[in-house]
Amino acid sequence: MSKRNIPAAEITAAVKRLAIESNYFLGEDVIAAISEFKELEASPAARALLDQLLDNAGIAAEGQVPLCQDTGFAVVFADIGAEVCIEGNLQAAIEEGVRQGYQEGYLRKSIVRDPLRRENTGDNTPPIVWIEVVPGDKLTLYFEPKGGGSENMSRVTVLKPADGRGGVIDFVVDRIRQSGGNPCPPVVVGVGIGGTFDKCAQIAKRALLRDIGTRNPDPYYAEMELEILDRVNKLGVGPMGLGGSTTALDVFIQAYPCHIASLPCAVNVQCHSARHKKAVL
Amino acid sequence: MSEPVRIDLPLDDDRVRSLKAGDVVSLWGVIYSARDAAHKRLVDLLDKGEPLPVDVAGQTIYYMGPSPARPGGVIGAAGPTTSYRMDPYAPRLIAVGLKGMIGKGERGAEVVEAMKSYGAVYFAATGGAGALISRAIKGAEVVAFPELGPEAIRRLVVEDLPAIVAQDAHGGNLFIDGVAKYRRDEAEA
Ligand code: SF4
Repeated sequence: MSKRNIPAAEITAAVKRLAIESNYFLGEDVIAAISEFKELEASPAARALLDQLLDNAGIAAEGQVPLCQDTGFAVVFADIGAEVCIEGNLQAAIEEGVRQGYQEGYLRKSIVRDPLRRENTGDNTPPIVWIEVVPGDKLTLYFEPKGGGSENMSRVTVLKPADGRGGVIDFVVDRIRQSGGNPCPPVVVGVGIGGTFDKCAQIAKRALLRDIGTRNPDPYYAEMELEILDRVNKLGVGPMGLGGSTTALDVFIQAYPCHIASLPCAVNVQCHSARHKKAVL
Repeated sequence: MSEPVRIDLPLDDDRVRSLKAGDVVSLWGVIYSARDAAHKRLVDLLDKGEPLPVDVAGQTIYYMGPSPARPGGVIGAAGPTTSYRMDPYAPRLIAVGLKGMIGKGERGAEVVEAMKSYGAVYFAATGGAGALISRAIKGAEVVAFPELGPEAIRRLVVEDLPAIVAQDAHGGNLFIDGVAKYRRDEAEA
């Protein structure tokens, strides 16, 4: 089988660019969703807050300023084609891209070297890297800067299989209700169902790469996404938790096979600063 | 929506007590940024009976750690961080005279009690509007703990910083009242 070579330096350059662009430019899908929800929003104060978010996206893009001062933990999903050969060290190349992007893009360095001793690493490394081997001869990189405020509201649980669909929905809706204004609503909700304790959290995060308005290809889950979205938006939490009908912009479910004894479920809460960018090498 | 009420800082007691949860305001004057690490240090100093590097009496603290300024710029993105993480420290600062706090998300019972006893107000700024808020910051200067980087205490001069009174000195709480007003799930449950 013929291999396609990708030099590590190309990966570093791509990650650096994605780090900067994802933090300056909010996706068109998010901007459109905020505008649409604003039209339906019942609270005048909430409408004004949503307007501020739209203005913010314009100011960030125009002034090349980060959308939010929390420029996040650098989460990178690398889908490597089976026919790709990386010339160099993939992990090191991504890490170097993060280092350069956060330095040269004037992004905040928010990572501490040790969770209890808490000394800042100074360059926003290390990133969290998820590598998956896929068919083909391309390397696809997804960059998702993940803010602390919304990450702190995320939870994993392992339900009983008997809890079923209703148990999962209640867990998700309750999580968003309890999160209140902390994760900067309106949020995007990533839901991982199945797998193991760790796998469900990882697929919940990966689900956040989807564009607002796209549905799970399985109609069963597509319908469940809309049901959760409807319930969440009836909670009244609203923008910043100060009341309103716009609590979530979308809900993305990702499912995975699981053990006969388990029903793992993860909710990864994403703020309205739903930043992610992709590059194909 | 009604025009924001202009508030000139620092706040005095009467002004603090006149504010009600739900008031839409615009802040003008000097505020100090401090978040987790700076709060820990301030309270450690209070524990040791040592003076604070910034006199917080009458002042307003903004829970914020900015992104770096571009060369020649005042500050980078500068939106609020989540306030509950400062709840373990805030009552101590309120007891020594802190009058205002700016952040995002709801405050806990102990902070509310201190706000009522000593007279202090909590403003919600728009989380995630860091680029927009940076435009309201006209001056920024690190005044304590420079080694904390983004978590250092900065003295900020703000003009027309948009905010909402989220929790007032009388126990009023927009996180409860606002949500109750727009909740639509009960009737169906
Ligand atoms: S939750 Fe998101 S929008 Fe809010 S401060 Fe954190 S990164 Fe920014």
